[in-house]
Amino acid sequence: MNTVFTIAQTEARRIFVSPLAWAVLAVMQLIFGFVFINMLVDYARNAAMSGQFMGVADYIGGGLYGFATIILLLVMPLLTMRMFAEERKSGTLILLLSAPASLIEIVLGKFLGLFAFMLATIALLGLMPLTLLSGTHLDLGRIAAGLLGLLLMMMAFGAAGLFVSTLTKEPTIAAVASFGLLLLVWLIQIVGNQPIPFASVFSYLSLIGHFESLRRGIFNSADVIYYFLFTAFFLWLAVLRLDMERN
Amino acid sequence: MDNTTLIEARDLSRRYGATIAVSSLKLTLRKGEILGLLGPNGAGKSTTLKMLAGCLAASSGSVQINGIDIAENPKAAKAHLGYLPEQPPIYPELTVDEYLRYAAGLHGVPSAERDAAVTRAKQSCGLSDVAERLIGNLSKGYQQRVGIAQAIIHRPKVVILDEPTVGLDPNQIREIRSLIASLGAEHSVILSSHILPEIQAVCGRVMIINKGRVVYNETVDTQTRVSNVILGLKRAPELSALQNIAGVSRVQTLPSGQLRLTVADGADPREALAAAAANNNWGLFELRAEGKTLEEVFVELTSGEITIHESLKEAA
Repeated sequence: MNTVFTIAQTEARRIFVSPLAWAVLAVMQLIFGFVFINMLVDYARNAAMSGQFMGVADYIGGGLYGFATIILLLVMPLLTMRMFAEERKSGTLILLLSAPASLIEIVLGKFLGLFAFMLATIALLGLMPLTLLSGTHLDLGRIAAGLLGLLLMMMAFGAAGLFVSTLTKEPTIAAVASFGLLLLVWLIQIVGNQPIPFASVFSYLSLIGHFESLRRGIFNSADVIYYFLFTAFFLWLAVLRLDMERN
Repeated sequence: MDNTTLIEARDLSRRYGATIAVSSLKLTLRKGEILGLLGPNGAGKSTTLKMLAGCLAASSGSVQINGIDIAENPKAAKAHLGYLPEQPPIYPELTVDEYLRYAAGLHGVPSAERDAAVTRAKQSCGLSDVAERLIGNLSKGYQQRVGIAQAIIHRPKVVILDEPTVGLDPNQIREIRSLIASLGAEHSVILSSHILPEIQAVCGRVMIINKGRVVYNETVDTQTRVSNVILGLKRAPELSALQNIAGVSRVQTLPSGQLRLTVADGADPREALAAAAANNNWGLFELRAEGKTLEEVFVELTSGEITIHESLKEAA
C-alpha cells in the first residue's frame, strides 16, 4: 500500500508541476464561471415564476453540474493521456516496471494521483454555488449530491482514459481514443431509446443516466455502485494490458 | 569475498513472434563481480538485461535474483535489483532531489531513511551540486548520472546498467567508468556496451553475445595472456634451437624476417628467450608479446556466420 501512495504522490506532483493541469483548470474555470453567471442572471429574471417549482440550488447547481459533465468529457482524456502513453514514449515506464511494485499497485497509484486533480476540479465547482450562501438559502444536500455525481463521473472517465493510455505510446492518440470511447459509452443512451431488444440494458450501461438522479439530488446506491464498477473494470483492464506487455 | 551467486539465468530465451532475440542463454553473476556484456547492435543485449530486470517475461527459462525466482516472486526479487535502461527513466519536470526521493520510495526504502539514501546516492554519483535543479535542464551526462543514482539508491545487491556511457563526452565517460568501478566494491554489476575499451577498463569478466547466443565468457585476464611472441634476431639460429626453449610450441618465420613464436597455453617464454639470445649472441633487437585483444576476439566471434564455440564443438 505504501508503494501506491508513493506513486500517487509523485503522480499528483507531476500533474501539478506541468502547465497542462493549470491551463486546463483555468480554462474550465473560465467556462464554468461564464455559465454560472449566465444562469444566475437567468434565474434572477425569472425568479418569481420558477421559485415555485425550482430552488436556486436545483436550477443553478444542477444546471452547472449538468453542463460540467460535457466539459469534463473533453478534458479528462487530456490528463489521462500522459499517464502511461507518455511514460512509455519517454522510457520512464521502465522505472515503474523494474521497481518492486506490482502492476495493480502501479495502476492504483496512477489513478490515485489523478484523483488529486479530480478533487481540485470538484473544489472549484463546489465553491461557485457556495458563494451564493451569502445572499440566499441553499439546499446543500443537492449540491453535495451533484458534486458526488461529478466526482464519480470523473473517476469513470479517468479509469477509462487510463486504460486507453496503456494501449499506445502516442499521448495524442490516447487522448483522441479515450475521448471517442467516453463519448461512445455516453451515447449508448441513444441506442437505449430505440425500440430494439435489450434497449433497457443499453440505457442502463450509459454513463449519463446514472448521473441524472444524482444531479437532481437523489442518492441511489445503485448509481454509485455503477460508477465504482465502471472504474474498477477499466483499471483492471489496464492491469491486464500491462501484464500482456511484459509477455 | 564469498561466492554467493546473485544472478542465475538458466536457458533464457525470448522470442518476438518468429524472430528469436535471445536463445538458451546461461548467465551467472557472483557477488562483487563486474560483468561486461558485449555484442554487436541487435545481438540481444538489451533484451537479456530487460529479462534479468524483470521488465520482460522470458519465453522460456528462468531467472533467479539472489536465489529468488523473478517470475514467481517478482516483488521480492526486484527488491535486490537496480536497473538503468538504455534511456534513463527520468522525469524532466522533477528536481533531482524529488526524483531520487521518489525512486527511493518506489524501491521500498522506509521513509525515515529516504533522506539519507538520497544524500548518499547524490554523493556517489556527483550530483550534490545540482540537487535543486530540474532534471530536464541538466546536461545529458548529469541525466545519465541521475539514472545511475536511481539504480543504486536502495543499495541493491545487483546493479544492471544498459549502455551507461552512451552519448557522453570523454570526460564524462571517465567519470562514469570510475563510478562503476567503485560500485563493484559493494554491488555486483552487469554492464552492457559495445565500447570495448570500456569493458576492458572496468569489468572483471566479459561475455560476448551474438545473435542471441553466448559466444564468449571469460575473465578479462584471459585477454592479457600471451599467445604469440614476436622475436627479432640479427643472427637467428636454427629454428629447432628456439623450439627447444620451454613454453614455445611452434616457430614461424615472418615475411619481414622476424619470427613468430606460438606460445603454449599459460606459459611466458620471454625471459628465457632474452637470456638465450644474450648467451648465444643472436643479436636480439625485438621481443614483444602479441596478445589477442578483446577487439580481435570480438570481431572473430561476431563477424563470421559460425561462432568459435560452435566450430570447436563440431570439431570435438
